[in-house]
Amino acid sequence: MLARRRALHVTLHVLLVLLSTIYVVPFLWMVSTSLKLSGREITFPPQWIPDPVVWGNYYRAVTVVPMFQFLRNTLVVTITATCCGVLTASLAGYAFARLRFPGRDKLFAMCLTALMLPGIVTLIPEFLIFKQLTLLDTLWPLIIPWSLGGSAFAVFLFRQYALTIPLDLDEAARVDGAGAFRIWWSIMLPLARPVLATLAILSVIYHWNEFLRPLVYIHTPSLRTLAIGLALFKSEYLVEWNLMMAAATLMLIPILVLFFVAQRYFVQGIVMTGIKG
Amino acid sequence: MSAIARSRAATTVRRGSSLARKQAVEGYLCILPWLVGFVCFTLGPMVGALALSFTEYDIITPPDFTGLANLQRVFKDPLFYQSLGNTAYISLLSVPLQQMLALSLAMALNEKLKGIAIYRTIFYLPSQMPLVAAALLWLWIFNPDFGLANALLDKVGLPTLKWLFDVNLVKPSIVLITLWGGIGTPMIVFLAGLQGVPESLYEAAAIDGAGAWQRFRNVTVPMISPVIFFNLIIGVIASFQAYFTLVYTTTQGGPANASLIYIIYLFFKAFKDFEMGYASALAWLLFLVVLALTGIQFYFARRWVHYEGGAR
Repeated sequence: MLARRRALHVTLHVLLVLLSTIYVVPFLWMVSTSLKLSGREITFPPQWIPDPVVWGNYYRAVTVVPMFQFLRNTLVVTITATCCGVLTASLAGYAFARLRFPGRDKLFAMCLTALMLPGIVTLIPEFLIFKQLTLLDTLWPLIIPWSLGGSAFAVFLFRQYALTIPLDLDEAARVDGAGAFRIWWSIMLPLARPVLATLAILSVIYHWNEFLRPLVYIHTPSLRTLAIGLALFKSEYLVEWNLMMAAATLMLIPILVLFFVAQRYFVQGIVMTGIKG
Repeated sequence: MSAIARSRAATTVRRGSSLARKQAVEGYLCILPWLVGFVCFTLGPMVGALALSFTEYDIITPPDFTGLANLQRVFKDPLFYQSLGNTAYISLLSVPLQQMLALSLAMALNEKLKGIAIYRTIFYLPSQMPLVAAALLWLWIFNPDFGLANALLDKVGLPTLKWLFDVNLVKPSIVLITLWGGIGTPMIVFLAGLQGVPESLYEAAAIDGAGAWQRFRNVTVPMISPVIFFNLIIGVIASFQAYFTLVYTTTQGGPANASLIYIIYLFFKAFKDFEMGYASALAWLLFLVVLALTGIQFYFARRWVHYEGGAR
């Protein structure tokens, strides 16, 4: 029995090593290309170890297009939308979990239906609304919808979490004369820190990656976000694969750092959606 | 009953209605930001899209009511059928393959091997790669002249391929990319599901003489069927919209519309041709299709999804 288990483990290790090689190679290829001298990346068959190693590609990748400008725009959108979104979503989630008001369950059911809605269905009228507000070609359309209640998913997740917080806590606060806002702010939010972290991470990644809406709304080059700026390498600098890979690597690094710092919350977010979904 | 509880109960009775009113006001205030967002950016636009789908609208001149003309046009539009077919092709291949690969990996990782954290990170990371970056990376890997994919084929003596630039290969190539980038999330969900299956069930099955396959078929699958079901729903909904960035960045629907997936077609109709009415009709059809697919999955789920603690 033990020998069989051992044999199974060895086989699994061999298979997993093989498969994980396939999953890692694209990353290595990206980094390898990003360090090659211009012109050397287009040799066939390709070299794996760049010679010479050109770190300057990374500098050129962020200067050949105004990457810092794009970064600034992305940060403005990401930070504003995440802060406002997490706050308003938690406020709504708390109300759905704890307060009684007429129509609560119907409204919450509507919130859940929005989970199933493909985002593109609402994009056209949304575009027309921002056109009416003369906010096209600004960063506002990327911020406003998420600042009002985050996403349906965020409201749902916070509600589920708030339901697990002992009811005695808010009753005690009620007796002390605290109102709903006070309870939300000084009881719910501190206790819900893990779920807030998860929501914030999901939101940051979403806005960091968001491609469709900036593509639709932004035309002025100086207002582009990183995702759109990165796609520029394809159209305007198609021959320079090494710069493109350098830019792609740079865009991945913040997500990697976030992942290794807050791995727990990544997994938690997925598991919470998966198991309790 | 303690004195505090008694006095609290008395207060509740005395101030019952005013308390209820206060809580209702507080409740509405708390959900207000979300409600405004929901009405303006979800509910309103949904109704708006439905209304627009009965019009012809090019943004410059006011919408022109044309009744069911858009719908009639959709069903005669060869690109509608082609894009629907392309989407079905990619989704039907990539969603089941992703799920199977993710489940196999989760089961392997659940065997309490050494180094599980490293494997888990490796298989999960591609799903966290920014989509545009991933798309550009694969565009480079599949480059017909200098790409890694062809270098590997060349090395083992096979003829090189055109990958994303070949009418017949573009869809399988996209499926390959989604197998690299799309298994992280379902794998983690499966892993969490598997960890919730009590060891005692496997032991009992083993005592009854169940082999590995029977244990998988009769213990693992029923126990994690809610997770499989959840992953399938999410996978199908996602597959209808998530491939936008990937396809837009790599092929823009080409060559010869072979990778023109539904939402790329919708996007071009709306924001390149500015046929907002027609695009809205396409958008609502997409919504109905997603709704129908979800409904079908729920219907069949009753036969194979097993919830612990009886029917739900």
